[in-house]
Amino acid sequence: MACIEARGLRKSFGTTVALDGINLEVDAGRILGLIGPNGAGKTTALNAILGLTSFEGDLKVLGRDPWSQRDALMRDVCFIADVAVLPRWMKVSQALEYLVGVHPRFDRGKAEGFLRKTDIRATSKVRELSKGMVTQLHLALVMAMDVKLLVLDEPTLGLDILYRKQFYDSLLNDYFDHSRTIVVTTHQVDEIQDLLTDLMFIHRGRIVLTCSMDEFESRYAEVKVHPEKVAAARALKPIHERQGLGRSIFLFDGADRRQLSAIGEVRTPSIADLFVALLGNEKAQGAVL
Amino acid sequence: MSTQSNAITESRVEAVAVAPATIPPMRLLYWSVRRELWEYRSIYLAPLATAAVFLFGFLITAPHLASTMRKASAMGGMQLHEALGKPYDMASGFLMAIAMFVGAAYCLGALYNERRDRSILFWKSLPVSDVTAVLAKACIPLVILPLVTVAVTVALHFIMLLIHSAVLAASGQSVSALWAEVMPIQMWFMLLYHLIAVHSLSHSPFYAWMLLVSSWAKRAAFLWAALPVLAIGALEKLFFNTSYFFLMLGYRLSGDEAAVTPAKDWPISPMTHITPGHFLLSAGLWAGLIFTALCLAGAVRMRRYRSPL
Repeated sequence: MACIEARGLRKSFGTTVALDGINLEVDAGRILGLIGPNGAGKTTALNAILGLTSFEGDLKVLGRDPWSQRDALMRDVCFIADVAVLPRWMKVSQALEYLVGVHPRFDRGKAEGFLRKTDIRATSKVRELSKGMVTQLHLALVMAMDVKLLVLDEPTLGLDILYRKQFYDSLLNDYFDHSRTIVVTTHQVDEIQDLLTDLMFIHRGRIVLTCSMDEFESRYAEVKVHPEKVAAARALKPIHERQGLGRSIFLFDGADRRQLSAIGEVRTPSIADLFVALLGNEKAQGAVL
Repeated sequence: MSTQSNAITESRVEAVAVAPATIPPMRLLYWSVRRELWEYRSIYLAPLATAAVFLFGFLITAPHLASTMRKASAMGGMQLHEALGKPYDMASGFLMAIAMFVGAAYCLGALYNERRDRSILFWKSLPVSDVTAVLAKACIPLVILPLVTVAVTVALHFIMLLIHSAVLAASGQSVSALWAEVMPIQMWFMLLYHLIAVHSLSHSPFYAWMLLVSSWAKRAAFLWAALPVLAIGALEKLFFNTSYFFLMLGYRLSGDEAAVTPAKDWPISPMTHITPGHFLLSAGLWAGLIFTALCLAGAVRMRRYRSPL
């Protein structure tokens, strides 16, 4: 059974269409990056998956309808919406006590173990913690829940690079174990490139690209080309061309690697560069990554 | 090596089987109520602070208690009862007024604040249904506050009685007369009945209405709660030149007549005036409870649909 299964998922707010008939299938054990500009429909899609918003079409998460069975679903799903949603009045010890009370799969000892690695004390209130520490706390709480699906919507928004790196490191080292599924959205795409197993671009409520990272690496190639070989590169039909440090940088989709290495240095493009290549043309129409 | 890994797998499977897959609804409700008490500490701090202030005032006037008793004893009967019981009635009156105030403030904020500070996204990431969350919030004014009020009032009365007794004993007057007139056990029983009948059951539509507004309003929950009420009253006055709506609200607020029969020789034997049967069968009570249920159902629906502010 797929972890998330959507068919013709639609959602509109008044005349604005946030999700325009999305088909989606995420298998267990994947780490999916959902990438898109602001207003592309990422958060709406995640909200539908989490039972936070109604929708049209078919959507099953772990075999349940999220809108009608949110509370039951949340035994097996957890999410971090963004950094500022932990109640500010709450003490760390209260959060632990409460979760033991209401969550059947919360392991207090595990959460305390994660917290011991931080400077967060059990007597602290959330409002006394820095933004980075609140995220550490939330992550410690979430990682101590034995759930099947974790959804992260801009989890590291507003954090400095050290906290961001630490966040994804502990997620990968202390949490992910190939039986769980993680769906993550972020604007700091390059930081999660090595973390992902799957990639999905979403734009104007539609999925414009979906592939595994293995496919991504074999299909797309970026080549730095000397000025004299630019004509040869263009003959190979790149999907995008940009300038950098006196070289032309071309992006190819499914081109022959041997031909490419003849014109310059070949490497895997960054997700951000591919995103710009695929959707950059529409930037003029108002979309910004 | 393989046996070891087998053993590990087996023990994991067992652990999964043993761990409860769901949490009983009452436990979810209990923790939801507890977390409300963590967040809104005024639910018990305000009555405690009021009791402390009242006790302070009582201590200051304590030296007069002996002379009051002497004067009242000369008159006897009702006057004696009233003179001795007055501070105790005042104490419960103050605490009930504070509880109503705290309850109203709580209900107007309970479903609004969690959307404003976005913490609703944390609560909704947990396996607690909207029904449980709203019921827990409704429990605060309908169950918790009356109980807190009873507990704090009884404790306050008891301390006052001890001080009162000490003052009377020191001035050589009868302490037993005090206890016989004040009748603490009956007084506390009456208080409990009054709080359940009036403050919980009769007032429940007010609290439920405020919870509904708090689940719906994008700002100024207090105005949204008050304006429709005033508007209905004003329209009635304008078109029919009557004030039945306000009269009805007033009756409900002061405690339905049906709860307690008005007493002429009140409160020499207050127990005889309690008419719970009459109260429980009154149409007004049930109409109010239906309104309460509708408002709470609406609040559950709003909590499900409304996104954070």
